Amino acid sequence: MNGGAGSTPHILIVGGGGTGGALAHDLALRGARVTLVERGEFTSGTTGRHHGLLHSGARYAVNDQESAVECIEENMLLRRIAPGSFEENDGLFVGVTDEDMTYLPGFLAGCEETGIPTQVLQPDEALRLEPLLNPALKVAVRVPDATMDAMRMPLRFFATAKANGADLLSWVDVIDLELAAGVVSGARVRDLVTGRETRIGADLVVNATGPWSEQVARMAGVDVPIRPSPGVMLAVRGRLCNMVINRLHSSGDGDIVVPQRALSVIGTSSWVVEDPDDLGVPSDHVQRMIDEGSVLVPAVREAPYRSAWSAARPLIGSRDDADSGRELSRTFKTIDHAVDDGVEGFVTITGGKGTTLRGMAEVCADVVSRKLGIETACRTRDTVLLPHTAAFAA
Amino acid sequence: MTDDAVTTRRLRVHRFKRGDHQPHIEEHDVPVDERTTVLEALRWIQLHQDLTLGLRHSCFHASCGTCGVRVNGKERLACVTKLSDISGTVTVDPLANLPVLHDVVVDMGPFVARYPEPHPIVRGSEFLSESRTADGIDEHERYEDCIECGLCLSACPVAATDDTYLGPAALAYAQRLLEEARGADRDAILDWADQDTGAWRCHAAFECTEACPSDVRPAQRIMALRKELRHRRKDRDLEVPERPSSASEASA
Ligand SMILES: Cc1cc2nc3c(=O)[nH]c(=O)nc-3n(C[C@H](O)[C@H](O)[C@H](O)COP(=O)(O)OP(=O)(O)OC[C@H]3O[C@@H](n4cnc5c(N)ncnc54)[C@H](O)[C@@H]3O)c2cc1C
Ligand code: SF4
Ligand code: FES
Repeated sequence: MNGGAGSTPHILIVGGGGTGGALAHDLALRGARVTLVERGEFTSGTTGRHHGLLHSGARYAVNDQESAVECIEENMLLRRIAPGSFEENDGLFVGVTDEDMTYLPGFLAGCEETGIPTQVLQPDEALRLEPLLNPALKVAVRVPDATMDAMRMPLRFFATAKANGADLLSWVDVIDLELAAGVVSGARVRDLVTGRETRIGADLVVNATGPWSEQVARMAGVDVPIRPSPGVMLAVRGRLCNMVINRLHSSGDGDIVVPQRALSVIGTSSWVVEDPDDLGVPSDHVQRMIDEGSVLVPAVREAPYRSAWSAARPLIGSRDDADSGRELSRTFKTIDHAVDDGVEGFVTITGGKGTTLRGMAEVCADVVSRKLGIETACRTRDTVLLPHTAAFAA
Repeated sequence: MTDDAVTTRRLRVHRFKRGDHQPHIEEHDVPVDERTTVLEALRWIQLHQDLTLGLRHSCFHASCGTCGVRVNGKERLACVTKLSDISGTVTVDPLANLPVLHDVVVDMGPFVARYPEPHPIVRGSEFLSESRTADGIDEHERYEDCIECGLCLSACPVAATDDTYLGPAALAYAQRLLEEARGADRDAILDWADQDTGAWRCHAAFECTEACPSDVRPAQRIMALRKELRHRRKDRDLEVPERPSSASEASA
């Protein structure tokens, strides 16, 4: 074990997505010694691939209020600590059918209960703001959604962690965890830059590998209840809307259009897989993005194709649950494997959203701090982050 | 990879790990369909044949700028380059004019180090024929078009012989800052661009604009920057360079 009594505890974070990056930042601010390993480029897992929606939480206001509250709190907070990282253009929930209209009262009530501000717009007002909306819309509700750069916003956590002394290593693949007498004391890693295998010792290992967290947990002989649940996204050329356009209904396929630079991203679908690496992009899902997306913004159908891809959500649940993955909560979970499985020195943080990366990190860092006797409190709520470019600086 | 794979394509991939004497080429046959991209093919090799293949990727839709490579010698974003649009053998090399870290991965440190301060990524919308604004709204908040991919630097013939040149992306970025300064110090930005290794070093080959996947038109922006610098130099009774500066002159 590295660093015995009296010295600064050393924490090894496995996984360089938004969650791992935010955790490295949080623990570095608390004065811990942090090493993070990521097998590819930072944010090359699910994080960099998502729609880029900074959730207001409105999407979960009816069916998953715990997530809705997490989203709106983090949404407001991130705008303060990462200024310049968001297109603060708001979002619209657009009702198109009579069925959508029956969802409206519960939606407004849910937003009110969870503290998400709303403004109901008549069709002509909505069309003035967004001329390419389906002209047959019946109502639109404005909420504080925003567009984030799915890679650059999280990279600011990496950049700041690095400036505060964290050792962030990309191209380092964890191939096994070192487990003896019920204690995890480090990891065996393959350095992809040199092709060599080595070990990294630590007082505590955090598994922050998102949809891969079950694979990594198995290296310590424990299970985590994660279902990798991929979704397809489609990017078309042309910025067809300026605000984030959502369908006013309980989540379904192809019900969101996110503007990003000169592209529009339409998402998403949902199914469940075993291996979060080998996802595929089913053609019928791509077609569904076009069909459903054009219900919101008809120009989606004619817009030139740019790309279609998939990413896997780290959804919490068990494999025995319903097979679409939509029913599972979007909230997150920190698991202290000493408590759950009798394995010391190993913690898993998983689930959640790109939007809630900081909040997830805070909860997890509290658990880690308690275990290691770190007394400094969380300071990420009001630490303004460095620009993303600092993550690549020498 | 999509679900209806139909044929096999051969990829020749540049391989290099630190400590190797020399890079070498490895060949792989990859199942593909109409929509398979170079990135998906490289991922397939990684997952099914060689886990140690080093690749950069993040967004998969031409927005993060990490997946730049040279495909048959041309700078491309691997994630939006379809194999069905390339005939014959496909050779994948790392970008040029940046240090190779391993395999087709380059070190972006020297690329971002060229950028002048400050580093915002959201500004008012640029002119874009594709972008529409509602009546009464002139511009929106939106991300910059430049995705910091480095394709322009890789394609630049000046950068190939002179690693002190600030290069197209950084100069184009400076010109954007001037276009919409928002409190940034215009004079400091112009001083920065007026260096011998800055706007004057460009030979107007326009290879950068050709390579740019995001319609930034860096060469045109460098020309606009020079125009502004020329005026400023005239106003200050300074000499206005008539031809591009060169690295050899600078060191002479
Ligand atoms: C289709 C889709 C759309 C979404 N849209 C949004 C959205 O619009 N807004 C939003 O807020 N959220 C969205 N999400 C959710 C969000 O993307 C995820 O919750 C978040 O990115 C998870 O981050 P993470 O860091 O936990 O996981 P990841 O980003 O997946 O990071 C885990 C990392 O661990 C690495 N890793 C795995 N195994 C190893 C190993 N053995 N050794 C070393 N490293 C390893 C991986 O390479 C990966 O980079 C979406 C998700 C999906 C699937
Ligand atoms: S100017 Fe174009 S080619 Fe150069 S880094 Fe920016 S997006 Fe890439
Ligand atoms: S993976 Fe983001 S630009 Fe290609």
